[in-house]
Amino acid sequence: MQPVLHVEGLAKTFHMHHLDQRLHAFSGIGFTLHAGEFLLLKGANGVGKSTLLRTLYRSYLPRSGHVWYHTAEGRIDLARAADVDIALLRRREIGFVTQFLIARPRVAAEEIVAEPLRQAGIAQPEALSEARRWLEEFGVKRDLWRAYPTTFSGGEQQKVNLARALILPQRLLLLDEPTASLDVNARAALVRRLADLKAQGVAMIGVFHHPGDVAGLVDRDIELKSEEIDGHVDI
Amino acid sequence: MTLQELHIRAAALQQLPPQLMTTPPLLTMTAISKRYGDVTALQDVSAKVYPGEVLGIVGESGSGKSTLLRMMNLEDIPDEGDYRLDLPGLGGNLFHLDRLERRMLCARQIGIVYQNPHLGLLMNHSSSGNVAERLLIAGERSFEALRARARDALDASEFPLARMDARPVELSGGMQQRVQLAKAIALEPALLLLDEPTTGLDVSVQALVLDTLKRLQRDRAITMVIVSHDLGVIRTMADRVMVMRRGSVVEEGLVDQIFQDPQHAYTQQLVHAKL
Repeated sequence: MQPVLHVEGLAKTFHMHHLDQRLHAFSGIGFTLHAGEFLLLKGANGVGKSTLLRTLYRSYLPRSGHVWYHTAEGRIDLARAADVDIALLRRREIGFVTQFLIARPRVAAEEIVAEPLRQAGIAQPEALSEARRWLEEFGVKRDLWRAYPTTFSGGEQQKVNLARALILPQRLLLLDEPTASLDVNARAALVRRLADLKAQGVAMIGVFHHPGDVAGLVDRDIELKSEEIDGHVDI
Repeated sequence: MTLQELHIRAAALQQLPPQLMTTPPLLTMTAISKRYGDVTALQDVSAKVYPGEVLGIVGESGSGKSTLLRMMNLEDIPDEGDYRLDLPGLGGNLFHLDRLERRMLCARQIGIVYQNPHLGLLMNHSSSGNVAERLLIAGERSFEALRARARDALDASEFPLARMDARPVELSGGMQQRVQLAKAIALEPALLLLDEPTTGLDVSVQALVLDTLKRLQRDRAITMVIVSHDLGVIRTMADRVMVMRRGSVVEEGLVDQIFQDPQHAYTQQLVHAKL
């Protein structure tokens, strides 16, 4: 079977110029992920699990290694692909779910959720009705659908965020502690949605503070170990 | 190259040319250099903007960001460099166009919103007249059509139509920016240039104007270049970011990468100063 993702020797280092210090986040990461597989990242706090997710998504630039992503047009190395290619994949195939919503002023919750469908070319009425379905599913009160999430509580914002992130099935989904700050019902809705996406063949890599939430979905796990901070580096 | 720069390059991998993006860039600027007397305004600056994309340009005053934007608007010509827009009927370096050709190209294909509304508007003519002027340059002559199209553009810019005959001098700063925006988009240009479009506005008004820009971008997929020293504006608007300093590009990347994992010492300083 063709893999979705094949990672080889991936390493990330932060260079903090004002301290003249290098922070090695991780190195030598390698794994292969197939369609419909769920990979859990494990390890102590601060070991670099979220950093690895962000490096795969290219919010962080890797120092070395390869992230081969297989598309219909052949494979592309996400570690060094052009920014415009990454932007294109993020619109169509690779999703990232965090616990933080970047709400914009004066944009209603249902419009924020519908946006990925609009960008994929789906007409406004259909996109909005699908958005409302997911707001309902995640337990956002009906009165709030037309309201601006900038004023919502953390938990309600998170539900809007999840509805938006999961409305359009992607080929690869990166999950950065999506269950944090969720109530029981929303957590159950999230796990149902993830199981559904997995069954549709979406490949997933996740970090979970309480891995028990997704125990039934995990196929494999990777344990990350801590690396040392270099002292001052002579240039 | 200094040792420090070598170090930065070693810390991240060199990017490959686009592989999946098969549409050519709408805007391509190559090796732009410009001096004013002893001052180097731009030094070997290159930029590409793809259709539907928003490129943000950040940097402090004197970094060359506004000079570069004025060149994209063909208001200024560099000492060296090449500028192309991938549009039907256009070939070759746009800096070689004569005055009239430049004027027509700008009227039809390039819209601009300046920080200072005096640069973009006739302050004592009606708002609708300001928008219609752009349509007149492009050859529209029927009064009814002029008024209808000016009204549509003002409406799309979320300008209150009851005030469409008010003169910009009577309007608030936020409303003046909406008139500029209506004028800029009246002919549905291929490229929209924004030079500090919300600087100097109250924070709440700034948010409303940014929201209008976002809406336009989403509904019409207009290609935009936005220059601002305000990182919040860039973070809200841009897909990709170019960081400029002293006339050169120090770093370029996806907006989240520039803010979360800046590579260059100057960008790190800029981003951390904000947070």
